[in-house]
Amino acid sequence: MAYRQAIDATSYVFGDLRDLLAKATPPRSGDRLAGIAAGCAEEMIAARMALADVPLQQFLNEAVIAYEDDEITRLIVDSHDARALAPVASLTVGAFRDWLLSDAATGVALAELARGLTPEMVAATSKLMRNQDLIQVAKKCEVTTRFRDTIGLRGRMSARLQPNHPFDDARGITASILDGLLLGSGDACIGINPASDDPAVIGGLVRLLDSIIARFDIPTQSCVLTHVTTTLTLIEQGFPVDLVFQSIAGTEAANRSFGVNLALLREAHEAGLSLKRGTVGNNVMYFETGQGSALSANAHHGVDQQTCEARAYAVARAFDPLLVNSVVGFIGPEYLYDGKEIIRAGLEDHFCGKLLGAPLGVDVCYTNHAEADQDDMDNLLTLLAAAGVTFIMGVPGADDVMLNYQSTSFHDALYLRDLFGLRRAPEFDDWLVRIGLAGTDFRLAGNAGQLPDFAAKLIA
Amino acid sequence: MTPARVALGRAGSGLPTEALLDFTLDHARARDAVHAAFDVAGLTASLGVLGLEPVQVASLVPERRDYLRRPDLGRICAADSRHLLESRARSSCDLVLIVADGLSPTAVKLHAADVAARLLPLLKEAGVAVGHAVIARGARVALGDEIGEILRARLVVMLIGERPGLSVPDSLGAYLTYDPKVGRTDAERNCVSNIHGSGLGSVEAAFKIAWLVREALARQVTGVALKDESTEAMVARLAKPV
Repeated sequence: MAYRQAIDATSYVFGDLRDLLAKATPPRSGDRLAGIAAGCAEEMIAARMALADVPLQQFLNEAVIAYEDDEITRLIVDSHDARALAPVASLTVGAFRDWLLSDAATGVALAELARGLTPEMVAATSKLMRNQDLIQVAKKCEVTTRFRDTIGLRGRMSARLQPNHPFDDARGITASILDGLLLGSGDACIGINPASDDPAVIGGLVRLLDSIIARFDIPTQSCVLTHVTTTLTLIEQGFPVDLVFQSIAGTEAANRSFGVNLALLREAHEAGLSLKRGTVGNNVMYFETGQGSALSANAHHGVDQQTCEARAYAVARAFDPLLVNSVVGFIGPEYLYDGKEIIRAGLEDHFCGKLLGAPLGVDVCYTNHAEADQDDMDNLLTLLAAAGVTFIMGVPGADDVMLNYQSTSFHDALYLRDLFGLRRAPEFDDWLVRIGLAGTDFRLAGNAGQLPDFAAKLIA
Repeated sequence: MTPARVALGRAGSGLPTEALLDFTLDHARARDAVHAAFDVAGLTASLGVLGLEPVQVASLVPERRDYLRRPDLGRICAADSRHLLESRARSSCDLVLIVADGLSPTAVKLHAADVAARLLPLLKEAGVAVGHAVIARGARVALGDEIGEILRARLVVMLIGERPGLSVPDSLGAYLTYDPKVGRTDAERNCVSNIHGSGLGSVEAAFKIAWLVREALARQVTGVALKDESTEAMVARLAKPV
């Protein structure tokens, strides 16, 4: 159906819900590239005014991508929990925003609501919110997951240790792992993006991580971020796989371009569960997402990139993941042009993911052809920590020498811990104290220049 | 062991000043590489020395910020460039060599003429004539499809500046597309990437490109169907005394 908004003498008409959502979206280059953005600032606000009056119920009647055409739409519709939505079912998008900001929307209320919300409802609401609203509401959400440690508890923030190497050299990777552990990173996971897609190399990396984690009894989990079919093969061959990784997107066609569908993800999830390698829980999936991926695969169906991204979280939550990571600035300036657009997108993704019940972390990052620098990343990092982000990346010196982009560093995590008093996953914090890397206050012990016993062993 | 920035030390929870400045210098260099002016006159002169007479064309991109935001425009020839190419098109030719700014004009300035100088004798030896040379501004890789189609090339080789990394701001890539025409996908191209001082040298790069040119023309295909097996041939060739 069409949506209308009059402003003075101008009557703005939006063809359907998809068009209304796209036009209401804060400016970003990807939506302009797709040709679906508002033509002027006034049209954008007209779209938001019209969107504010749309009842949440309308999102259950009008799909942005047809049910018949897209298995993600079918997943969203078929798994919708109408009873969970009941407390806010009569509200419009605008009234729902007000409710989210109110004291009635407690952490418990939001957790109970999650399965009643569709990604489109959540994306729509975010488009009416300022950055402070996105931070405030996300902060109320608590999404907790477990494998060998407990991630997402209030007052805590985890970090993925990302020890990538341009040609997967085991010693080089070990050096980066050591650096990260010494700086207290790695409680979300130790996760390598391999340069190679050769299963033999990937298998070697899986064993390397397993041996380090087992040898020093580190309460964390390993992941080698390769295609899910490769991981399935490794599981069949008996490799010690902890987390099963896959990049996912919010449309069936975009997932097809990644070489996956829901059935394959289900198979991978079950294979991961069957290994029973978790000690305090069995959330075995690690997903990565990012605004613009559907457009870049020419698979967006005219849906704006932020709504597509929220739909990816609906895919993620169907598989009880340990970690969901929005790699927000990786895709480049044709989707998110500058620091302002990256910061906005990072806060939106975190808000949408958390409201939908996904354990959302953010790879706060940028490429060298984007109009962004470390100051922009400091801003986003600080805002996300204020919003209660589940985890961030820890890359040596923030410089990923394999993927050639800038992320966040082990130091950045320390900065946030100092600034906000954020602790790590409790099991990991205890481990750091036990091996002498942290004091009883869980802050890193002073660097006396002498390697702890375990570190000396690791590089021997 | 690793080029990663490990063992930086710390100042409180932050980076020590030296590590901070090292990082910002590398980022500054990468930024400069992205936004460097494309020296078309200098490039024309250095290709001229090699006996090439390059045609100068541009995409629809009006300026650099549009280039970064609108990759679609970087894949389409400007109208006057198209007319110029049409006026040059003759009967079909084996090869069109395109040098394009891409994401690092710095890489093109530092390495393109050198690679071309090493490549031309190898092509001559293989009996492959360069039908046209083209310098393209505001170009994405796919611009070569339209250029090659207008010039009726059997094969296009495009030398183009790659996205600058923090450690390497001047990496050049070479993209080969057989039977170029608008709408080709990246799966239908071969790429020799990472051509720079501390990566693939211009001698090795030229050898790989020439090997791929020969094989592409012989097998009438580029892309996933043409695997780069040049390493073995290169080892044999470069081991021979010159």
